[in-house]
Amino acid sequence: MTLDPFRIGFMPLVDAALPILARELGLAEAEGIDMELMRDTSWATVRDRLTYGHSDAAHLVAPLAIATTLGLDRPPMPLSVPFILGLNGNAVTLAPSLAAAICKEGELLDSITSGKRLAELVKLRAIEGAKMRFGVVHRYSSHNYMLQYWLRGSGVDIGKDVEIVTISPPFAADALARGEIDGICVGEPWNSVAVERGVGVIVNVTSHIWLRGVEKVLALPQARAEAEPELVHRVIRALYAAGRAFIDSAQAQRNAAILARPEYLDGSADMIERAISDRITLAAGTEPLHIPDFMFQHREAANFPWASQAAWLYAQMVRAGHVEKSDQDYTAAQNVFRPDIYRAAFAGSNVPLPGASAKLEGSIEETIAVGTVQGRLLLGQDTFFDGQAFDPDKLDAYLAKSQE
Amino acid sequence: MLQCNRVQVVRIAVIDDSAARAAVIEEGLREAGLTDLHIFLDRHGLAAQLEACSPDVVLMNLENPSRDMLEETFALSRALARPIAMFVDQSDETAIADAVDAGISAYVVDGLRKERIKPVLDLAVRRFNAFNRLQTELTEARNQLAERKAVDQAKLILMKKRGITEPEAYKLLRSHAMQSNRRIADVAEAIVTAENLMGGAL
Repeated sequence: MTLDPFRIGFMPLVDAALPILARELGLAEAEGIDMELMRDTSWATVRDRLTYGHSDAAHLVAPLAIATTLGLDRPPMPLSVPFILGLNGNAVTLAPSLAAAICKEGELLDSITSGKRLAELVKLRAIEGAKMRFGVVHRYSSHNYMLQYWLRGSGVDIGKDVEIVTISPPFAADALARGEIDGICVGEPWNSVAVERGVGVIVNVTSHIWLRGVEKVLALPQARAEAEPELVHRVIRALYAAGRAFIDSAQAQRNAAILARPEYLDGSADMIERAISDRITLAAGTEPLHIPDFMFQHREAANFPWASQAAWLYAQMVRAGHVEKSDQDYTAAQNVFRPDIYRAAFAGSNVPLPGASAKLEGSIEETIAVGTVQGRLLLGQDTFFDGQAFDPDKLDAYLAKSQE
Repeated sequence: MLQCNRVQVVRIAVIDDSAARAAVIEEGLREAGLTDLHIFLDRHGLAAQLEACSPDVVLMNLENPSRDMLEETFALSRALARPIAMFVDQSDETAIADAVDAGISAYVVDGLRKERIKPVLDLAVRRFNAFNRLQTELTEARNQLAERKAVDQAKLILMKKRGITEPEAYKLLRSHAMQSNRRIADVAEAIVTAENLMGGAL
């Protein structure tokens, strides 16, 4: 059998796991795909390789797929997201001196309490005439919007008292050590690297800001997704199978060893295994803490691209002042996520397929069964730390309320 | 209608994490008379230095890890007096594709006329490609050297073990390579590795 070549660009992060495992465990090959992985160290390069055809698809921060489609800072290039590569898995790491004013070493407070304390520290800094400086991995990243969501919801005036800068994940620990930033919101293993070096302490995790927050996606040019549906279906079936392998706790050590290889994350297998198994060391010298759902994968149709997730991201982009709200853009942003392609890829299999393409984000307080076109599907609690739900049909009301 | 005639030269910032490549690009641009050049190698404090330099064109290697940080700076500076946007005029998609293929990302101040940008970009593409060729040649030369060394070692091993002359040892290597459909260098490499594993003196 001849294999179809398919190249995927990625950044060295734990949530690049599915493409890596799909290749290394022979799951891509089983779908007739010769998957080649291309590592880069900036999202801009991952995006450029995708838009200029060096890669066929990319592991991408979800909002960047929307920003690229809308043409923010560059001519528009419509991208499609037929598959979510994972939920959450990021953390907020502060310089140890600041973290000490929020919680005891090795302790993880609820987001409301820690947020209030952080807001007080921001205020104190502002009184001195300075701004607290936070790093995020990209202007259009879930990290940026999650951090802003938490700070704003804790009473911080972001425009006035905070400065947010971009730091590439591998430089996070370095920037903390040099005092260039006070804190950073970044994916694993880069928080743990800062903790291990003693230059940072984890004070929050993004799953405690939004229990089911959309994180990395598989993005490809819309034209390509529509021209070669059969190839794309096989790719996402291979990624789905990789998700099943990822959550098999008996294989966590093997999976971590694969991710740690020099050509992938080139990092510590132990550290990666802790992230995979939701055990996070918050401060140097403390025992790892089990944080359920720190990184959420595969279960509850976590890989299904809900249009309402794209809608929520667009709402945050408006709140951050990154886009002027327009109905046309709002529709375009939601159309980036392609539940139709996901459904077509798994039609006739035993993979549960939601009947709806959008939901009220953050409205599930306890596990419920939802309507499907195939299989049985239960969705667990998906709330935001501030208890606000997001209705994609009521964007204006949501934005008005968040401005109060 | 009055046209604003900018008589000043194009100011170019070259950001590269390879000093050697930056030098190759700098030389090419200077030769072409583009002398208002500023080279940045260190990512620390880059944003501030770049702002102070206020270039018309920023050339950067595509794989530079500071790109996300700089794009953020460019997005923010839209509100300032000298907005910088990524150089991707729709009509110049091929020029940009060529640049990306060569490993360049380019950013240009909004409103800078295209006929002034194009020569800079074309030149950069040529210099990047020249540098890439140089690198490939260097790697090939290194590989050839290593291969020759392995063949010499393998010949010595065969001469010693089988009591044959050097030309005979080479013939043996060659015939085995032909039979097994491998390169002579690969067969030699295998012999050297095996000898090392067996605790040979070589």
